[in-house]
Amino acid sequence: MISLDNVAFDYEDMAMRFSLEVPKEAFVAIIGPSGAGKSTLLSLIAGFDIPLSGSILIGGRDMAGVPPSARPVSMIFQDNNVFAHLDLRQNVAIGLLPSLKLTAAENGETDDAMRRVGLYELRYRKPGEVSGGERQRVAIARALVRDKPVLLLDEPFAALGPSLRRDMLDLLREVQKDKQLTILMVSHQPEDARYAASHTAFVEQGRILAMSPTEEFFQTKNPPELRDYLGDWRS
Amino acid sequence: MAQRHGEMTGFGVRQSPAPSLVALTVIAGLIISGFLPVLFIGMKGGLVLGDRYLLHVAGFTLLQAGLSTVLSLIAALPVARALARRRFPGRGTIIRLLALPLALPAIVAVLGIVEIYGNRGWFAGVFDIYGLQGIVLAHVFFNFPLAARMILSRLVAIPPESWRLSAQLGFRDRDVWRRIEWPQISAGLPAIAILIFLLCTASFTVVLTLGGGPGATTIEVAIYQALRLDFDPARAAGLALVQLAICSILVFLSLRLGGNMPAWQSFRMVSMRYDGISRLARFGDFLAIIMGLSIFIPPIAAVVLSGVAHLEVGADVAVATIASLAIGVCSATLSLLICWPLAQAAARRRAWSRLSSLAVVAGLIMPPAVLATGWFLLLNRFSVFSVPAPLLVIAMSAVMALPFVYTALAAAVADSARQHDRLCASLGISGVVRFLRIDLPYLRRPLGFSFLMAAIVSLGDLTAITLFGSQGFTTLPALIYRQMGSYRMETAAGTALILALLTLALVMLAGRWSARND
Repeated sequence: MISLDNVAFDYEDMAMRFSLEVPKEAFVAIIGPSGAGKSTLLSLIAGFDIPLSGSILIGGRDMAGVPPSARPVSMIFQDNNVFAHLDLRQNVAIGLLPSLKLTAAENGETDDAMRRVGLYELRYRKPGEVSGGERQRVAIARALVRDKPVLLLDEPFAALGPSLRRDMLDLLREVQKDKQLTILMVSHQPEDARYAASHTAFVEQGRILAMSPTEEFFQTKNPPELRDYLGDWRS
Repeated sequence: MAQRHGEMTGFGVRQSPAPSLVALTVIAGLIISGFLPVLFIGMKGGLVLGDRYLLHVAGFTLLQAGLSTVLSLIAALPVARALARRRFPGRGTIIRLLALPLALPAIVAVLGIVEIYGNRGWFAGVFDIYGLQGIVLAHVFFNFPLAARMILSRLVAIPPESWRLSAQLGFRDRDVWRRIEWPQISAGLPAIAILIFLLCTASFTVVLTLGGGPGATTIEVAIYQALRLDFDPARAAGLALVQLAICSILVFLSLRLGGNMPAWQSFRMVSMRYDGISRLARFGDFLAIIMGLSIFIPPIAAVVLSGVAHLEVGADVAVATIASLAIGVCSATLSLLICWPLAQAAARRRAWSRLSSLAVVAGLIMPPAVLATGWFLLLNRFSVFSVPAPLLVIAMSAVMALPFVYTALAAAVADSARQHDRLCASLGISGVVRFLRIDLPYLRRPLGFSFLMAAIVSLGDLTAITLFGSQGFTTLPALIYRQMGSYRMETAAGTALILALLTLALVMLAGRWSARND
């Protein structure tokens, strides 16, 4: 579904080079130390950063020269996923049409998405009046109405407690099943990967050093850099 | 037996309240000695509310301030937007240049405007600069760059995720403006507007030099005229009360809206933007920046060019320079001496923190002319005219600099208290030793910065010197004013260049001094 071939990018002093094959409907967790290039990897796929060389294919289509809005991708950030002056419902609907002049059908779609993530009762609240977890649910609902086959998440639940994080991961997996999404999620928590991801990838120094099915990934702990990174962590 | 060290503070540091009390008393004394005579005489007969002259002057004050504010904001919006979303060589320089007009002494800018738009100027006849048009023009020259910087600082504070999100959701420039830029700007607009309105209401130099007689005068200048030209203290006091009322309301509003004094920002952090790529948008931004530059660059350039051609350092210039510098150093020192103990106390006790900022704000509310009226009435009453004029000028400059010095100092002092109090308490370091070994090395940057800020404020000031100065005692701004008054524009430009260079040297020193961290 997503394929990166020798994608080169320089960030500050680090020369990055990514090669990656993500099968359709995979849920890939990306782990690795801070500053390794995890977020840059997502930015390249979303089109916020432009590679120096190499190619990015999504669903077989070359993404060279395709602006972010034309890519079959939705993205959820760690925070600032919402516009503070719009209410939750408008924040979801803006995924359909920036002008917010929605048809009846689109209104229905928005309400369905709000119900799906459990925010329907709060739909007229402003982002400042709800919790951090609820704001992230808004972003998930927006991804639902946008209905793009690829969902990228950059440490989306880093600010949430363990039990809330599990709830969110459960929600993500349900949504993935409904919509047949391919998901890439950057996380600092290996247990998130263990809990939700079908595959796990390890990024260090601007390279993807390993990617395999999650079970295998944590059993073999290959290469040695991954072993060093995980230390004596156990799931 | 466990013994408490004097008053418990938040960090268990013993601190004598005496210096802070003295500082507070000095501020209160300076302000009350200005306020009480004004109140007393104003209420006794100076204030006639239905007075046509008073109504006219008050009306003109609000009219010119309103126009200046609206036009400044209109000019600032497209410039700030263009600077926020464009990356181009010279962008940093333009942003730094935007800080220039406000740092420049008002008299220098006025001279520049006369050189450009005056009868013999490059663009003679475009504006009628003696009267409302000239006053508004000068105020826009000062305040549109300030507004542009404040709006820009709001725009660059938008999180990078918003730009990425808008790119992904396919926002057009119109959507970006409506959904991201305008909400962010408009939330800060009232505070910016009120600050500019306040600056224009209390503006003295511009109106004194460009105002055309009683038809185009503001309260601040009318007070001066009543005091020094007509010798009508009662009317001065009445005007002063009205001015005080207007400024109090504005300062109160501005504090409610969370308006801050403009900070010295570097705008180094820039988010990647994905919008504004159409040809039309690029052209619009280019036009906005050119328009912005063309408002404030020509007057400055005119002073520089004319000044370089007519630079002559005569005895009068030398004497005025020395007087200006001496007054700057003295008033900056006085400001620091008042603010230091207040900041120390405010860093450790909530009550003092409130009291100190209140005292400093009182200095901001009190327009210089009002303060001067009060002092004038008091000295006159007790016929102690023996108080030397330089002392009055120094005291007044110090009061005017208080808000700048205090804001620059308070945060740094609080920071030092947070970091060092526990350690100093446990090691028994206090008093002079603490000041010399801990606070002075740690705080020398903010101390130096606020000293320079205060000196800059005093160096460019024409209000205090016009109100208290005499033939034998002049500063650079007063000398320029006198030279302009006798139509020696070339000589005035030479003097203005010297004053401008002195000020810029201090500004650059302040910037360097505060930016370097070691």
